[in-house]
Amino acid sequence: MPYIPHTDEDRREMLATIGVGSIDDLFADIPDNLRLKTQLNIPSALDEYRLYGHLFDLAHKNSSAANTVCFLGAGIYDRYIPATVGAVISRGEFLTSYTPYQPELSQGYLQAIYEFQSMVAALYGMEVANASMYDGATAMAEAALMASTINNRKKVVVSQSVHPNYRAVLHTYCWSVGLNVEEISAPDGTTENYSKVDADTACVIVQNPNFFGSLEDLERAREAARTTNALFIVVADPIACALLKPPGEYGADIVVGEGQSLGIPMGMGGPLLGLFTCKSEHVRRIPGRIVGKTVDHDGRTGYVMTLRTREQDIRREKATSNICTNEALMGLAALVYMTAMGKNGMKRVAETTVRNSRYAMAKLADTGCKIKFGGKVFGEFVLETPIDATVVQVKLMQKGILAGLPLGPFYPALQNCLLVAVTETRTREQIDDYAVKLKEVLS
Amino acid sequence: MNVPSDLKYSKTHEWVRVEGDTAIVGITDFAQSELGDVVYVDLPEVGKTLKAGDTFGTVESVKTVSDVYAPVSGEVIEVNETLANASEKVNSDPFGEGWMLKVKMADAGELQNLIDAEAYKASVEA
Amino acid sequence: MRRPKSVPVPELIFKKSRPGRVGCNLPVADTPEVDLQAELGELRDDLPLPEVAELDLLRHFTHLSHLNYGIETGFYPLGSCTMKYNPKINEKTASLTGFTHLHPMQPVSSMAGAVELLLGLQDILKELTGFNEITLQPVAGAHGEMTCLMMVKAYHESRGEGASRKTVLVPDSAHGTNPASAVRCGYDVKSIPTNAEGLTDLQTLENFLDSSIAAIMLTNPSTLALFEKNIHEICDMAHRVGAQVFCDGANMNAMVGVTRPGDHGFDCMHLNLHKTFSTPHGGGGPGCGAIGIKSHLEPFLPYPVITRKDGMPFKDYNRPQSIGKVSSFYGQFLMAVRAYTYLLAFGKEGVAQIARHAVLNANYVQARLKDWIPPAHDRFCMHECVLTAAKFKKQGIRALDISKRLIDYGFHPPTNYFPLIVPEALMIEPTETECKETLDAFCDALIAISKEAEENPDLLHQAPASQVVGRLDETAAVKQLDVNYYKS
Repeated sequence: MPYIPHTDEDRREMLATIGVGSIDDLFADIPDNLRLKTQLNIPSALDEYRLYGHLFDLAHKNSSAANTVCFLGAGIYDRYIPATVGAVISRGEFLTSYTPYQPELSQGYLQAIYEFQSMVAALYGMEVANASMYDGATAMAEAALMASTINNRKKVVVSQSVHPNYRAVLHTYCWSVGLNVEEISAPDGTTENYSKVDADTACVIVQNPNFFGSLEDLERAREAARTTNALFIVVADPIACALLKPPGEYGADIVVGEGQSLGIPMGMGGPLLGLFTCKSEHVRRIPGRIVGKTVDHDGRTGYVMTLRTREQDIRREKATSNICTNEALMGLAALVYMTAMGKNGMKRVAETTVRNSRYAMAKLADTGCKIKFGGKVFGEFVLETPIDATVVQVKLMQKGILAGLPLGPFYPALQNCLLVAVTETRTREQIDDYAVKLKEVLS
Repeated sequence: MNVPSDLKYSKTHEWVRVEGDTAIVGITDFAQSELGDVVYVDLPEVGKTLKAGDTFGTVESVKTVSDVYAPVSGEVIEVNETLANASEKVNSDPFGEGWMLKVKMADAGELQNLIDAEAYKASVEA
Repeated sequence: MRRPKSVPVPELIFKKSRPGRVGCNLPVADTPEVDLQAELGELRDDLPLPEVAELDLLRHFTHLSHLNYGIETGFYPLGSCTMKYNPKINEKTASLTGFTHLHPMQPVSSMAGAVELLLGLQDILKELTGFNEITLQPVAGAHGEMTCLMMVKAYHESRGEGASRKTVLVPDSAHGTNPASAVRCGYDVKSIPTNAEGLTDLQTLENFLDSSIAAIMLTNPSTLALFEKNIHEICDMAHRVGAQVFCDGANMNAMVGVTRPGDHGFDCMHLNLHKTFSTPHGGGGPGCGAIGIKSHLEPFLPYPVITRKDGMPFKDYNRPQSIGKVSSFYGQFLMAVRAYTYLLAFGKEGVAQIARHAVLNANYVQARLKDWIPPAHDRFCMHECVLTAAKFKKQGIRALDISKRLIDYGFHPPTNYFPLIVPEALMIEPTETECKETLDAFCDALIAISKEAEENPDLLHQAPASQVVGRLDETAAVKQLDVNYYKS
């Protein structure tokens, strides 16, 4: 029996101490008609050698960024993960520990979370960061709910240039608590206008760089929110914030984002890492855990989860969120990543992303395709193709290239458009090859 | 346990000091000792109308949150803003500097529904 | 785990920073340089992240790991958390590049292996739980609870009863995420008192049930580790007034392979793959909150539904009654890989042994301790036992003090003060992966501490004395809030 250490002798001795004849006796409370009488119809057990073989085979039935060249982004990026990240997060003391409710036994992790919070806040230019949310999408939804709690307003205004999946999650969360969502269009790649912002607007949400890779006018977005005292919420890419003036410096009230680019594998989209930051005046409303620095009774520095009365185990139905488990280990991965990179490494990743995407834009525009939107972009752009973008994607897949995301299913006006991302891991040679193969596919 | 005899009490551990038609409200020494170190007090806005028995706010310690209930009805005319930075006053001086609100009573007759110091002391010791 | 007090808490990483140090070996750009200001507009002035060399980085985190306690360090009997062994083979399979390097938005035909795995796991979980459909899109237990309630809400709305069914019933013994999740679905919460036997009283429940009730949330076995004998009747009562019944599956480790919540009458349930199915807790996450539902709730599943069409992997987006999406993509895929690996290690032949040995271990601990720290209910428990330290109150000793003293004996404390309805509760869940000697050592320690409580209570009050810090000033942590090094 894997992982279960008991021998027959163990069972005998233990049953004798308990005072029953068999383990079955311990299940006496379960009515007989609810007890399973036959083996379940699930696969047979595999020993470890065969188990690994089976999983190996399943993994090899997938094409991935490991054996194709990845130009697909849309919120999840093929970036370089330093070897130190895996080495740290696989340590059993981190990997197999529980939430640090017993701080004396968890100073290691608590200090790491404090360091993580500090770096995330610094990256976004904000005062307070929490210990993580599930992902960028739910972080955004929770930000909207938090805004509504702060100002008691019922309307959420969000740009259509925000990631479609994030907007879908927002719609679901808002429907669930009775908030209205109004979307503002972005037909030219950035948010068009803010006329829908009114006195009932709890918050205005934009993404920067947005889903199309384009840079939004954050000053304008903030001013629109301020006209009616709505909260200004930005969904920000953490790598871009290594170079760009961060949203905190534009006066954002809440900044959230997806931390997968910070040392976390794409992993078919999970686990991910939700980043959540806000101004210190709102700290009592923040969802999720937060770690603070303090001292023990002998004056030694220590770290502990704080502002606990916001959380579900204490506050129950009045908690700031129902979140319990978060993405702690992914936060640790991001901490190791940001430490390994340091200020210069982060800037270089961002800079290489920009250089690579400019080069790609020039090469791909030269194939008979068109760059769809004018304006500044960070590391991703929309390519308009003369034939159906889905067909382009399928054909390039056959040539070993993950070409990008066909946008038609998400934006009806962008049927022949492909969202192309070029991260720091792409080379000149790979970009040249993409252009060559694209030309082949289009001819 | 301190239970000043010149005050009136509610069964939910609030006290009232009457000054003319104003009721000054706080929580008792018993309540603060049960809570432990008070870290935050959530008080209503000035101008808010309260009904006797409704919650008017919360008092938080590190690991608990307790509702506080209006002992009388009326309009909130003042709240103790110093508690925002000095919540420990609720522990150190619950009947004095730890006061929470001043209410202009809508109906002084409601004071009959409160209990006196002896009765409150007895109910706590039970 | 004992460290001498003379060992200092490590410095913050920020204090180890030196300008120009580099901690990794970055990809080199081979495309032309660009004018960043011209390309991007306003740039930031400074990025105040630390600069640390690679070896120093590793030392920093290695030292931090020495100040942390995981399942691999020692016994971790946290009630309701199911801290069982996290098999290393699961880490190997979850690291296969054919999984880690998948992009969620690549064409579904290019991820046949991943879809096969997800469908395989879904099928196994359906069998284990007795539900008709499973979705892996929720990413944590509380998230799964909320997703179930959202589907219940959509179900009632589809029948024109969305506005009238405004309340969810939750036992007073329930985990805090239950009422919190209900509120996230716009519901009022009414608390049902648990009876003296630690179960739901049918007559009391009857008084609460009417057509304004959207759902009852029940944990089975309850948070007192007792099986709700009348569960079938409870589900029938709810269904008679048109309410749905949700099963909080946190305690599935007591039932795996022995009984199935789907057979109990529940309409939906959530699972914690990071409890019952061994995926690592990671210090607080990631979790993985699969949910199971009966067919009548199927139209409301979040999209896309991972399935097969004409034998080919397929993502079904055509879900007009879906509640929408609850997370970015399909859920915690790499955690699903781990859970799938775990379940195949047991297979049909072995899976029932999990609950059987979990229940054996918990009852053994309860039996060894019953004369020292009595159980809250004098009957056999399931996969965890709930003891009450109320008898020590007269010595001024509380459950917290006993827990802190356990740390000095080298054990992680059990859960304290939950469920809320048991005074001075200690909730101990050994799990099935602990051997008898470990359980004996733990019980011996608790017995020794019980004696200390009578003879030398100060040892408990000062505890823990063995760690790098003693009890922390949590009041100061709130009042002098410091959550960000750069703003401290």
